[in-house]
Amino acid sequence: MGLVTDTAENKDAVLAARADHRAILALTEHLPNAILNAKFDRGELTLTIARESILAACQTVQAAGYNFLADVTCVDWYPNQPRFQLSYHILSHSLKQRIRFAVLVEESDPSVDSITGVWPAANFYEREVFDLFGVRFGGHPNLRRILLPEDFHGNPLRKDFPVEGYR
Amino acid sequence: MGNLLTAPMTVDSSEDRTMILNMGPQHPSTHGVLRLVLEIDGEVVVRVAPDIGFLHTGIEKTCEAKFYQQAVPLTDRIDYLSPMHNNLCYCLAVEKLLQLEIPERAQWIRVLLSELTRLNSHLVWLGTHAMDLGALTVFLYCFREREQILRLFDDLAGQRMMTSYFRIGGVSLEPPLDFYNRTRAFLKTLPEKIDEYENLLTGNRIFINRTKGVGLLSREDAISLGVTGPPLRASGVDWDLRRDMPYSGYEKFQFKVPVSTDCDVWARYVLRVQEMRESVKIATQALDGLPQGPIKADAPKIVLPDREAMKTQMEALIHHFKIVTEGFAVPAGEVYQAIESSRGEMGYYVVSDGTAKPYRVHMRNPTFATLQAIEKMCVSRLIADVVAAVGSIDIVLGEIDR
Repeated sequence: MGLVTDTAENKDAVLAARADHRAILALTEHLPNAILNAKFDRGELTLTIARESILAACQTVQAAGYNFLADVTCVDWYPNQPRFQLSYHILSHSLKQRIRFAVLVEESDPSVDSITGVWPAANFYEREVFDLFGVRFGGHPNLRRILLPEDFHGNPLRKDFPVEGYR
Repeated sequence: MGNLLTAPMTVDSSEDRTMILNMGPQHPSTHGVLRLVLEIDGEVVVRVAPDIGFLHTGIEKTCEAKFYQQAVPLTDRIDYLSPMHNNLCYCLAVEKLLQLEIPERAQWIRVLLSELTRLNSHLVWLGTHAMDLGALTVFLYCFREREQILRLFDDLAGQRMMTSYFRIGGVSLEPPLDFYNRTRAFLKTLPEKIDEYENLLTGNRIFINRTKGVGLLSREDAISLGVTGPPLRASGVDWDLRRDMPYSGYEKFQFKVPVSTDCDVWARYVLRVQEMRESVKIATQALDGLPQGPIKADAPKIVLPDREAMKTQMEALIHHFKIVTEGFAVPAGEVYQAIESSRGEMGYYVVSDGTAKPYRVHMRNPTFATLQAIEKMCVSRLIADVVAAVGSIDIVLGEIDR
């Protein structure tokens, strides 16, 4: 499975090999405990961030020049645990570089801090994840369904939701 | 007005002097099924709340139930004005997962068609945007030229709008014999036609008054709200993925990226018109320098064999059968691939678990994010300016709702 469960050695190897990477530099300096894992695959850097540190991590990389939030979405690894992987795609216009933050969230408490305070662009994306996956974002200004009607039951992009819907 | 039975999403008036006005989802100038809930004080907009989802069809979920190659036609349906950009972005993402090398000729054909698609999309935008602001003639002129592009697509792919012409590993067919000549003839005439549109609009006092200084969006707001494409460049950010993070061989093409610091609807109009001229240049370069060679990658287990080979070679027949019935396994991993579509950064996030069906496909659509800026553009302006602002972000509800 492509689940982000690489070993810690892998993390240290990736971080050591890219020690001059601006995002890694900033994060290891300001939030040394935030990076749980790191992966460099097909030219893309994925940093797994501790759930409680995502807001601080976003502020840190924003200050380090990663000025643009391109996307926030979610992957449901059901029936594996932790079930949800939130993916944040962040872009730097000046460095012409992208990074991905992954945050793993347990099914029992599917919630994470909202990053709308760092990038207001996250507003719609987090609402979409809330709508389709049922992950809650703490501190979101308007957390309600966005694509589906408000009386809809269930979260259709969860893997245990049938493709053809409930009949 | 706070308890409209048919409308679950309501905005309560914050004061007695204001009222709530529903704009859409059936309003002609909202380009599809966008519903804007406006709080107005007389003619002045106090708040705007976009309500979307009327066109939601669950394409991301459907993709998870299809083989990788079967998801290509679904991507057309997202942004029905630039289907090729969606095809391209999805194919590039899967090719990145597969680490597949695409032959140069296929890359150049992809660039040529991407630029034709951009012209197609910008022509529809220009026509409808001008029509919203009362200039009906431009609409007819733009659709005249758009028809020619659609006919080219029809000859090429057998479909006018939902082309599904790109394939994972290349393009589906060699273009018909006269396609290049007809495209060249069309591209030769287009700059004059763009002059014609500009004659109708660029010096037009009414159009200028309706657009200059309207829908202002500062550089900082544009970046923090995730705005991309022409609205971002109109706010003074010099950023174009074709030039700054090239894909599909764009680094081999010479073109200018128009940027403006006026931040208004007028700037977005001027930029898109200039972009159309640049697209003509890129497409002409692609025609001039089109390399010879195969149009599909040499990957028999991923790319369907030629019809002829399939009928004469046992191995090709087996591959064909396997691909059609079982698909092809894609190594596990996750990629995010972004391209510059007509409207901005179109990104595909594809996650594979090693099987023949995508584990997760997520589309990052430009106008979904850009729509968040509509409030910044419209507040304390007139209702009529909302129409101009919505037109200027070139909204396509298919890609917002997916």
